[in-house]
Amino acid sequence: MAERVLEVKDLEKSFGALKATNGASLDLRPGEIHALIGPNGAGKSTLINQISGALAPDAGSIRFLGTDITMLDTARRARMGLARTFQISSLAQEFSALRNVMLAVQARQGTSLRFFRPVMRDASLTEPAMRMLSRVGLAGRANVPAAALSHGERRQLEIAVALAMEPKAFLLDEPMAGMGPEGSKALTGFLHGLRQEAPILLVEHDMDAVFALADRVSVLVYGRIIATGSVSEIRNDPEVRRAYLGEPA
Amino acid sequence: MAARETTVNVLLVLLLPAVALTALFIGEAFYITLATRIAILALAAVGLNIALGLGGLVSFGHAAFFGLGGYVAGVLATHAFNMEPVALGLPGTTDMPVIWLAAILLCGLVALPIGLVSLRTSGVYFIMITLAFAQMIYYFAISWPAYGGEDGLSLSMRNGFPGLNTARPFPYFIVVFVLLLAGLFLFHRLQASRFGAALEAARQNPARLAATGISPFAIRLVAFVLSAMITGLAGALFADLNRFVSPSMLSWHMSGELIVLIILGGKSRLFGPLAGAALYVLFEYALGGLTERWQLFLGLVLLAVVFFARGGLIGLLAGRPRHG
Repeated sequence: MAERVLEVKDLEKSFGALKATNGASLDLRPGEIHALIGPNGAGKSTLINQISGALAPDAGSIRFLGTDITMLDTARRARMGLARTFQISSLAQEFSALRNVMLAVQARQGTSLRFFRPVMRDASLTEPAMRMLSRVGLAGRANVPAAALSHGERRQLEIAVALAMEPKAFLLDEPMAGMGPEGSKALTGFLHGLRQEAPILLVEHDMDAVFALADRVSVLVYGRIIATGSVSEIRNDPEVRRAYLGEPA
Repeated sequence: MAARETTVNVLLVLLLPAVALTALFIGEAFYITLATRIAILALAAVGLNIALGLGGLVSFGHAAFFGLGGYVAGVLATHAFNMEPVALGLPGTTDMPVIWLAAILLCGLVALPIGLVSLRTSGVYFIMITLAFAQMIYYFAISWPAYGGEDGLSLSMRNGFPGLNTARPFPYFIVVFVLLLAGLFLFHRLQASRFGAALEAARQNPARLAATGISPFAIRLVAFVLSAMITGLAGALFADLNRFVSPSMLSWHMSGELIVLIILGGKSRLFGPLAGAALYVLFEYALGGLTERWQLFLGLVLLAVVFFARGGLIGLLAGRPRHG
């Protein structure tokens, strides 16, 4: 059995009478892209939020790099190397693209309690941040405030921020959402190579992207994983076809 | 735009010494005192601006720190005058630098537990809980007869600064003005620093900040404590200006006044507090002479700022803020 970067076990989360996560278990192995798919309302974002630390599960455990992180807050998990992007872009809107990435660089360095040196004249922040922007193709937009970027550019910026954290695992929550065919294709190519740096748990609606990228796919329905397997196994799984792909078995 | 803001800032900085010097030459000490008052209120608001402007933390309890700083000056001077130790055999003092240090440290120490509790809340709850803490300290001061209770505490003379005759208005103005410049410099460097970046991100998007690995709570707590320290220093200066300290320095009116200064001048702008304090004191002086109800007009100006000039006076004069 291969070692696991991330291991989610029997997670449960209820909102009132609604069981949003109902005993979900999944894992992430080195070098893979593990796609999490499911119909709207299946609880994908709830699950991601529990893994990232934004929500506390009612029961179950989450292990990351061999450590139980179930009780740790978001910032601690991020410092351990868990980088997430948000389904709806979540950036410091007034800051430029560059400053958004610099924030992640400074978080990585653990140096936020420095009070005097101006960040914009600090090459140990600006240079790595600029490199990350170049990697996602945003170098030319470095000085534009996040609020003034286009939707697609904001998605790219989210990725650049995650890269700057030099993470041990990526949690990407619908990175293709609203991207358009051109953008999706470029991002698919980018993510293809990214798994070499750190494994990716990918929540995505774009099935072309999922089937092109995923080493494994898990299908979430009503808060539980009904199947996990390779792309072809999932495509041919009768239960998945019935529950998710909307075809009669 | 950036050049215009620099021009506005330079003019604002020169305004106070220009007024004070003119007053000195024509022999109108009152205007020196007016300029000193503006500088002290501006310094108090510079402190609050760290929490409110940069961090988005609307503290409605900063009078607690302003008043505590004032009481540090008053209590230490009283003990020095009576030659009684303050506590644990430590003597009182009339030495300003020592008083400042004591005010800064005490305010930091008090702000830490207040921040630890208050920062677990946000929005209206944060406003209310900071108000509640400040009111507790206010009522404590009123009910403690040793230092004048409701009547407050008079300083028999202004505390001293080595090498200066602080009893005279102009040297005291210089002392206060230099401290204001130091406060502004500190704010400027803070805003541009790594800490400032994290603090402003905590205001804009705390979830994002946490997701990059920086705890918004820790950043806000440090900001709250720093903010209280600077406001406390201003309080010590204020007590020395008036040679009097009373619970009114601790009251919620004072907290509100500090917030008003910032909104008038321009939230999270370096020179917002100074512009706001200048405008406020000018209003108080010009209209206060005409009518008791001058605050009605201040209220109208405040409404106008909130509706038509969100950036305050600085925003009006210098345009939108720049961000790297």
